[in-house]
Amino acid sequence: MSTLHTVNKSPYEKSSVGSCLAHVNSGSAILFYEDAVYATIKGASIEQLVTGTEGVKLYALGADLKARGITDDKLIDGVEIVDYAGFVDLAAEHDRVQAWV
Amino acid sequence: MKFSIQVNEGPYQHQATDSAYQFTKAALEKGHEIYRVFFYHDGVNNGTKLTTPPQDDRNIVNRWSELAKEHDLDMVVCVAAAQRRGIVDEGEMQRNGKDAENIADGFRISGLGQLIEAGVQSDRLVVFGD
Repeated sequence: MSTLHTVNKSPYEKSSVGSCLAHVNSGSAILFYEDAVYATIKGASIEQLVTGTEGVKLYALGADLKARGITDDKLIDGVEIVDYAGFVDLAAEHDRVQAWV
Repeated sequence: MKFSIQVNEGPYQHQATDSAYQFTKAALEKGHEIYRVFFYHDGVNNGTKLTTPPQDDRNIVNRWSELAKEHDLDMVVCVAAAQRRGIVDEGEMQRNGKDAENIADGFRISGLGQLIEAGVQSDRLVVFGD
């Protein structure tokens, strides 16, 4: 049973990214969207925490990255960009969706 | 696949309602079924027809109404949250002795049981909020 976790707040504003990372299991996935895409920037203070989860796939919503000027080259290695259709696919592929709002 | 959507935030306040709309639209475009969209907490403010944003801004309320019309969506506004925030339909107007109603096209006011039922009947419940 795998879970898609969604996070929508900046890790520098709220603790939801940290809470999510503390609860994910191997085989699950995290989608960072809205202000949570700031957690996927390479070299930021949160990077070690974000990449410290083994066996967890990381995704970021392309439209929200673009709106915030975060280009592909600034992303943490391994973070995959999806569009809204990709968001729907992720929700369908996993057994449940857990929103960390 | 059968999806239900929960919206906890009002329009023009946070991005949540925009994200919820884009997700719902994308799911429908992919051929999925949207069993219900449930508006809770400040999310009930998505359902007032009195909203009049500037012409060059997106009209979030109309956008939901149009999507509902096009795809025959069931869009439910939580009654207790609606009463607190002044979202009123014909029935609520009479029940509470008000002189106006403001529910937008495609929305209906009902209870929290509709959210629970949506969770039970759908394959996935996706929550958008602040």
